[in-house]
Amino acid sequence: MTVSLFVPCYIDQFYPKVAIATLELLEKLDVDVIYPEKQTCCGQPMANAGFEQLTRGCNSLFIDNFSACDYIVCPSGSCVLHIKNHLHADGQEHKAHSIQSKVFELTEFLTDVLQVKSLSANFNHKVGLHQSCHGQRGLNLSQMSELVASPFSKTTHLLKMVNGLKLVPLNRHDECCGFGGTFCVTEEAVSVKMGKDRLRDHVENGAEYITASDMSCLMHLDGILRRQKSKVNVIHIAEILNSSKSKLI
Amino acid sequence: MNSRHTDHATRAEKFNLDESRVDWHDKTLWFIREKRDKAAWQIPEWEQLRETASQIKNNVLSNLHDYLIEFEKNAQKNGATVHWASTPAEHNKIVLDIIKQAGARNIVKSKSMLTEECHLNEYLTAHGIDVVDTDLGERIVQLAGEPPSHIVLPCIHWKKEEIGELFHQELGTPKGNADPQLLTNAARLNLRNHFMTSRVAITGVNFAVAETGEIVVCTNEGNADLGVQLADVHIACMGLEKIIPRRKHLGVFLRLLARSATGQPITTYSSHFKKPREGQQWHIVLLDNGRSERLGSNDFRNALKCIRCAACFNTCPVYRRSGGHSYHTTVAGPIGSILAPGLDMKKNADLPFASTLCGSCSNVCPVKIDIHDQLYKWRQVLVRNGHVSAIKAIGMKGMAAVLSYPFIYNTSGSLGRWIMRYFPFLFSNRANLWYKQREMPKAPEKSFREWYIKNRKKK
Repeated sequence: MTVSLFVPCYIDQFYPKVAIATLELLEKLDVDVIYPEKQTCCGQPMANAGFEQLTRGCNSLFIDNFSACDYIVCPSGSCVLHIKNHLHADGQEHKAHSIQSKVFELTEFLTDVLQVKSLSANFNHKVGLHQSCHGQRGLNLSQMSELVASPFSKTTHLLKMVNGLKLVPLNRHDECCGFGGTFCVTEEAVSVKMGKDRLRDHVENGAEYITASDMSCLMHLDGILRRQKSKVNVIHIAEILNSSKSKLI
Repeated sequence: MNSRHTDHATRAEKFNLDESRVDWHDKTLWFIREKRDKAAWQIPEWEQLRETASQIKNNVLSNLHDYLIEFEKNAQKNGATVHWASTPAEHNKIVLDIIKQAGARNIVKSKSMLTEECHLNEYLTAHGIDVVDTDLGERIVQLAGEPPSHIVLPCIHWKKEEIGELFHQELGTPKGNADPQLLTNAARLNLRNHFMTSRVAITGVNFAVAETGEIVVCTNEGNADLGVQLADVHIACMGLEKIIPRRKHLGVFLRLLARSATGQPITTYSSHFKKPREGQQWHIVLLDNGRSERLGSNDFRNALKCIRCAACFNTCPVYRRSGGHSYHTTVAGPIGSILAPGLDMKKNADLPFASTLCGSCSNVCPVKIDIHDQLYKWRQVLVRNGHVSAIKAIGMKGMAAVLSYPFIYNTSGSLGRWIMRYFPFLFSNRANLWYKQREMPKAPEKSFREWYIKNRKKK
């Protein structure tokens, strides 16, 4: 099985450790991972701002980089959802459809494809899980509080395999953090207020770390935490699932 | 794009100046979302009910022409006079003519978002008619000279102490008294006088049944009934999309409506109006106002399924933290943000952007409108039609240019991170909206790509 690693642009530039953790974790699970080097971005920043017509370059790059592999795995539900819903290629729609059927968010890939039953990860902390909306409501990574339906959570399922990790309960377990792409600056006041309210829920419930399957939510939350000079940290779920015994204690 | 002084972001920023009030507003509406959840969980087949309602509404939209004619024929048989209006101006003139014909100077009106959409109150007032809103929440905002901030809870942005002060000034209640029972009683006594003296009563319409020619009006206060029963003339104002095919379909919608709206199993009054009483006139005014045009749009027709429960308002994290008036439109919240651009693209170009696209709205919607997908689609339409600021368009073109070429992306990424590390003040200043209340992410020395080439490539 060959997996192509799809690294979102802002993770490539600002959070390489998240991509490294994803790569190492997949390798630990005996997956053959390659990183197509000419990838840039899925095009979501433009598309969500209304400029879908400017994503042609990103679309064709994506298709060039990711057509030849069994699976595409990405540590971001939001970017995966964008590819699944909005990847187009003039005259090559079959290639776009093929990619859409084999692109997976990391926790989804671990749960549904690799069907991971155990992990050798250790993380001795109280952790608050932020449900990133696009992963949750878009990719169904976990059940949504609005629906009258049986609960499940792929992210929680994996976090429960981590030694020492304690999940803290939240008062509102799937409210948006307020990042929202360009929303975070075009609606700055509401965006920050949403972030502050999400953080208060985690902090008041005793979280030492806040994790999520999307680094963009965490980047926004971290910006507020550091302005507040908080001791609480953010950490991407790939880093927790990849944390080894030797690194901790 | 709207002027800077009135767009959603500017209004929302102003709303956020009083953070404790934002907290109060958020908690009040979240409480209603939680009540909705509890009520929904009482119905094991809730999701099936939503799907059924959605399919009935799909059927209505696909056969609207036939159902409207069936409704008109049956309503006429029942003794109603049916009027058709294509614009708010036509609608308002029809209503005014009926009132004039009845020789009335003052009228009562129960809650109707359609008449808000037509700005009927202002129109009638300008023509010398005294209109009194009889829904308590609407009465409060009417006394305050404001539009409703929420379609189900029009004065949800008012605290009871503020209502006490308003009533002291307008209705003469004791100063400083904010006892809800006392205030409600004062409103009731005041309203009773208007009910007794109004010869014309206007109501909205929640559902119009094609099969029977009857309309159904849902209220918690019985104010629609009292108005209609005491008046010589009943005018019911409705949008074309309020039709349902058969009376048996009502059960599906009545079970969903109040649970979605307030968490009640059903509204206190679900009143069926089928025939005018002896000597009473009954007029039904059907308004198009862009609805038939929307019906022809594959991407946006779905929004016509809305039953105005406002569940999407209550769940929306942006609505809860920006307040209804930030939306500067009759119907606020997520559903308003997909309806308003259809009425006036230029004026409402900001609204589809007042969302993080979190998707909670679509999940609570009892008729399964794909609200957040329509928000995304409206953004594309607005930009294609040039309703976007030049600065944003240039920024997006620049971003697309960088991201379309790996070499430019990698070079500018390295350069950008280098600048961020050595000249952080270029980013850490007030001109950067991210930095206003958030720290910048720390720029690492190497990108993942650079790390990968160094550490893994030759393996």
